[in-house]
Amino acid sequence: MNYFKLIALGLITLFALIGANYARDLAYLVNALTIALVSAGLFLWVLRNTDEPVKQVDLSGEYMDGVIRAGVIATALWGVVGFLAGTFIAFQLAFPGLNFEWSQGLLNFGRLRPLHTSAVIFAFGGNALICTSFYVVQRTSAARLWGGNLAWFVFWGYQLVIVLAATGYLLGATQSKEYAEPEWYVDWWLTIVWLAYLAVFLGTIVKRKEPHIYVANWFYLSFIITVAMLHVFNNLSIPVSVFGSKSVQVFSGVQDAMVQWWYGHNAVGFFLTAGFLGMMYYFVPKQAERPVFSYKLSIIHFWALIFLYIWAGPHHLHYTALPDWASTLGMVFSIILWMPSWGGMINGLMTLSGAWDKLRTDPIIRMMVISIGFYGMSTFEGPMMSIRAVNSLSHYTDWTIGHVHSGALGWNGMITFGALYFLVPKLWNRERLYSLSMVSWHFWLATIGIILYAAAMWVTGIMEGLMWREVDANGFLVNSFADTVAAKFPMYVVRGLGGVLYIAGAIIMCVNLYLTVKRSPAVEASNSAVPAE
Amino acid sequence: METYSFLREMADSWALLILFVFFTGVVFWVFRPGATKVYENPANIPFRHEDKPAPDGDADAKEA
Repeated sequence: MNYFKLIALGLITLFALIGANYARDLAYLVNALTIALVSAGLFLWVLRNTDEPVKQVDLSGEYMDGVIRAGVIATALWGVVGFLAGTFIAFQLAFPGLNFEWSQGLLNFGRLRPLHTSAVIFAFGGNALICTSFYVVQRTSAARLWGGNLAWFVFWGYQLVIVLAATGYLLGATQSKEYAEPEWYVDWWLTIVWLAYLAVFLGTIVKRKEPHIYVANWFYLSFIITVAMLHVFNNLSIPVSVFGSKSVQVFSGVQDAMVQWWYGHNAVGFFLTAGFLGMMYYFVPKQAERPVFSYKLSIIHFWALIFLYIWAGPHHLHYTALPDWASTLGMVFSIILWMPSWGGMINGLMTLSGAWDKLRTDPIIRMMVISIGFYGMSTFEGPMMSIRAVNSLSHYTDWTIGHVHSGALGWNGMITFGALYFLVPKLWNRERLYSLSMVSWHFWLATIGIILYAAAMWVTGIMEGLMWREVDANGFLVNSFADTVAAKFPMYVVRGLGGVLYIAGAIIMCVNLYLTVKRSPAVEASNSAVPAE
Repeated sequence: METYSFLREMADSWALLILFVFFTGVVFWVFRPGATKVYENPANIPFRHEDKPAPDGDADAKEA
């Protein structure tokens, strides 16, 4: 087995170096060298372990938690990196001088913006989804992860995707598709990693000991399958050269736009919603110590979400070359989507019925509740903004950015923080978190940060939309684009400050989690770290 | 008939009907008689097997 690995790794290293030698652009060169470095390192590592005696230990009696611990660390670290990039580009918009002369073409807004979005969605959110799904699927299936070290391959393979994509962005490799910027070779690699992820997840479900598949797993599974489908279709492109990062899309014109927003909206629907609902359906009941409010509602919630979300994409293309019937379809389905979204919100919130007193004593449950609140709020705002008449005001303005962030910071961020606070003491076998008052600090900093952010973006977005459409008595536009930019300055500063508060909270969380591992007392007896053999 | 028109016609007739019937079927299925009792057990799955997988031939698995 190791000999095959060595041959494969050696070949990959060789081809990556050949690629680096013939590289037609800098981004490709750096990415090829990264791949060569990683596979050469792995080659040495495998070589040193070859023909060493392997201890055969039966691990089927315990859960595979090492990869989840790594995922928790990656989630927290990538989160801080992503928030930092976001806060920096927020200030770049307020103070253009931060696009320094010496870093032109590397650290200006256009290069950093995809770095920020990918870092928070795919690095922070993606790692959170992968590690929590591994945790949840094992506990709710009462079975160890399927595939042994394949889970480690998923983890490290995914980190490689992130590093390749991030360095590519900074050096200018992008296919200009929002939230799908990585170029063809990164897409291919992600496809392999994602199929391995699907195999691990599905394999664990197949060998489950619980006869019923718990609802959280349904959400996770739909997220994994749908993202695989979306990713493949939206990235159908032909490389210009095998030695360059540039590729050309197979679709063109309005078809390409439609596929992009079918992908884009379902990235929101299945990555940021379905996957994180999986988290909600496990961690909220666990933290509240009572089962979900209505299991029936959760089943209807699942199927309604699956059936409706996939059609909502065209609402991103109102007043474009897309046929009217298609954008009307998108709009109608977006509005119907309000129902399952609020059904899910009610289900999450009502799980606390009879335990509302926990809100006073447990800052973690407070975090989860406010995250569900933000889920409800942004799933109300979204359908409203998808209405064509509202969209004519809101589209291309900062209102959209505000909407995205109330969902991302409020819903995705807060539920992830809640899950991390739940997971770390369990995974590192600690009695409790290091400090609950630090969790409270995190909660308030993050909440106030989001409120500053969302309020500033509402004001500036609606103002901007109104200024763009304002005409004088003779039918001439009153404002130039630069007028709107000047008028937005104060709100941009407030937005940046909101970001500073949010990242301050995240850093407090990292310190708290670190100290939990280092300082909190360990759980005695019945501990899960003792092998069961 | 060209591919587009054919697919379009399928989409807004049979495909639409199948999806709709499946979905309403799920809703009715969930509210079938006795469902409340049936779903009590899966709702409590998160509170079992916190630390260790179920051993082979476990009693928990059978009781459900």
